[in-house]
Amino acid sequence: MYKILVKEDLGPANKLMVVQAPEVAHKAKAGQFVIIRIHEQGERIPLTIADLDREAGTITLIFQEVGKTTMHLGTLKVGDELLSLIGPLGLPTEIENYGTVVCAAGGVGIAPMYPIARALREAGNYVISVIGARNKDLIFWEDKMRSVSDELIICTDDGSYGRKAFVMEPLKEVLEARDDVAHVWIIGPAIMMKFTALATKPFNVPTIVSLNSIMVDGTGMCGACRVEVGGKTRFVCVDGPEFDGHQVDWDLLLARQQIYLEEEKLAREEFEHRCRALAGQKEKA
Amino acid sequence: MAQQPKTAKRSKKVRPPRQAMPTQDPDVRAKNFNEVALGYNLETAVLEANRCLKCKKPQCVAGCPVEIDIPKFISALAEGDLQTAAATLKGDNNLPAICGRVCPQETQCEILCVLGKKFEPVAIGRLERFVADWERDQGDLEKPELPPPSGKRVAVIGAGPAGLTCAGDLARYGHQVTILEALHAPGGVLIYGIPEFRLPKDVVRAEVDYVKSLGVELRLNTVIGKLYTIDELLNKEGFDAVFLGTGAGLPRFMGIPGENYNGVYSANEFLTRVNLMKGYLFPKYDTPVKVGKKVAVVGAGNVAMDASRCALRLGADEVHIVYRRSRQEVPARAEEVHHAEEEGIIFDFLTNPVEIYGNEKGWVRGMRVIRMELGEPDASGRRRPIPIPGSEYDIEVNIVIMALGTSPNPLVFQDAGGLERTRWGTVVANEQTGRTTKEGVWAGGDVVTGAATVISAMGAGKQAAVDINRYLRGETVAVEEEEKVAVAQV
Repeated sequence: MYKILVKEDLGPANKLMVVQAPEVAHKAKAGQFVIIRIHEQGERIPLTIADLDREAGTITLIFQEVGKTTMHLGTLKVGDELLSLIGPLGLPTEIENYGTVVCAAGGVGIAPMYPIARALREAGNYVISVIGARNKDLIFWEDKMRSVSDELIICTDDGSYGRKAFVMEPLKEVLEARDDVAHVWIIGPAIMMKFTALATKPFNVPTIVSLNSIMVDGTGMCGACRVEVGGKTRFVCVDGPEFDGHQVDWDLLLARQQIYLEEEKLAREEFEHRCRALAGQKEKA
Repeated sequence: MAQQPKTAKRSKKVRPPRQAMPTQDPDVRAKNFNEVALGYNLETAVLEANRCLKCKKPQCVAGCPVEIDIPKFISALAEGDLQTAAATLKGDNNLPAICGRVCPQETQCEILCVLGKKFEPVAIGRLERFVADWERDQGDLEKPELPPPSGKRVAVIGAGPAGLTCAGDLARYGHQVTILEALHAPGGVLIYGIPEFRLPKDVVRAEVDYVKSLGVELRLNTVIGKLYTIDELLNKEGFDAVFLGTGAGLPRFMGIPGENYNGVYSANEFLTRVNLMKGYLFPKYDTPVKVGKKVAVVGAGNVAMDASRCALRLGADEVHIVYRRSRQEVPARAEEVHHAEEEGIIFDFLTNPVEIYGNEKGWVRGMRVIRMELGEPDASGRRRPIPIPGSEYDIEVNIVIMALGTSPNPLVFQDAGGLERTRWGTVVANEQTGRTTKEGVWAGGDVVTGAATVISAMGAGKQAAVDINRYLRGETVAVEEEEKVAVAQV
């Protein structure tokens, strides 16, 4: 079950895995996610479905190695299996022919944006995509994004690739230049989504964001992922992950993402220590 | 054992007292997750079993939602025939080691015990646990003989008490059963909710293995409503019937300001982190759980007792149960309240939170509560708590756990046309048969009743299995007749 069929490095920080999950591949739609667990003592982490192949029965996951679980996931090889994979979770993106839409993605947010842009394009929308990251190494899937976009703008914070800009800047220019943008999607780190959503507000364009809060079960059972949208408490796992970006209480989301900072640090350090010890043993042998 | 006949003789004159359950010392157990109640040994169990009056018309059985032949298993035990005692239990109950631990016997079988009218009732639950544990320790579990396969397939949604019971019974009727479970481990509330110190997970695993040994297929990580809908199970996946045992998994919050600060948990989240994910073993297990110095658990049901006692074991200095009614109205089992108090949980009765305060980083730092008094009885028959104006005061807390009850998770109802629900989100089902308003779909347990007990869910699973069996064997007419009679009687 859930065998890893392909593993690829997407630059130094991001990794891609194609995983066997025929039932999930059959059912999943753009905007949905899965929850995985990789070993018996492991935690459950949500990952967005970046791509899928119904015939092959596979889904594509892309992740950044930021904590213990993603670092451990990064050590798995082709042929290894994930212990569990649950999905497709969350509500799918509401795909319609809106006219002209902008898909703005930052960093690892490019991965979940790809299937949304593709679905929007297939529904007949004119898709303008803006993808950005801190630097050139963190940009990936440029070709894939180009293949589902009518226009593609690339930017980096340090100017090492494409324009030197944050995603919100080209996005704002698009909104200034044309008055036919019907919808904007923004996916990226919470802080990026917060400011990018702020930037679209003066234009009064419906702006959808995909939130990445801490989750446990992912089925509405625990409420770990709760956020406030328009003053109401919502669960990202079942009510989202997409919400109106102008209504989200971003500071609450940012605070709640920090709950386990100390524990995450401890777990990461222990994992790195164990990996070093293991590498040392191998060298001695 | 040699003293047994003597004991029996003596019992006619001076009846031995109800045998106490040995427990871990409160000071010791408040720091570990090992089981609190240690269980009878053979001698105590036989002594207790001999207290049974062997009534000609036993009252106790009527109190048991799964109708265990209580006198039969107890007299076998009294005679030292543990094999027969165990087989008797398993005849009516697929999960006796669980029931022996978590059933509220004091309000079910034991309250009806004739001996209890003058003396203390026979400790039926403790005896059930003893026999089930004895059987498990023997290793080889005896399996009942299964009838020839009926060729019918049933999907049971949810591997909790209702689903496991229904699945086990349906397998024993000869049907091919698949349990579809959303989480990565079977057991439902037995695995994510009830803590290790009250129900060891090895016990749950062994009883799930028993159900599997009857030929039941268990598919984990399968979220119905997402991966498949109920309609798809019936129309595309080839199931002849569906049993819905998805429980009441949706947490409730109070709707007061500050409930989303860091450090406010639903009891579901807190207990899932601790029990299912083994957060108490962090960092050996990856899932962390926060426990501050001062913890407030809001509510006073069994879930609140479990959450407060977990918090204590995780190292909190002070754990308060904050409850808006008085001690008399506490819905938790008396035994759980007693254990919690022994361990040092502080009960703040007639107190209700009105606001949670946070610091500049978004963490809980305190809670404003208001004093309550009891007014006239409300719809539940309990006296309604009324806030006393101007009696607010602040308490300092780092962690708040909301244990206010749960309602059914609506996820499973995606594309289940014709399945009627109440305004509380519970499924409308026939009380005797579990039949819902949708052809081919039964439901039982918390998804029908709202949050209740493990054993009532098991009883509902059992009743539904009887009716599903009749339906699959084409005996539907008789049931409809019975239903008419039932309705007429109401």
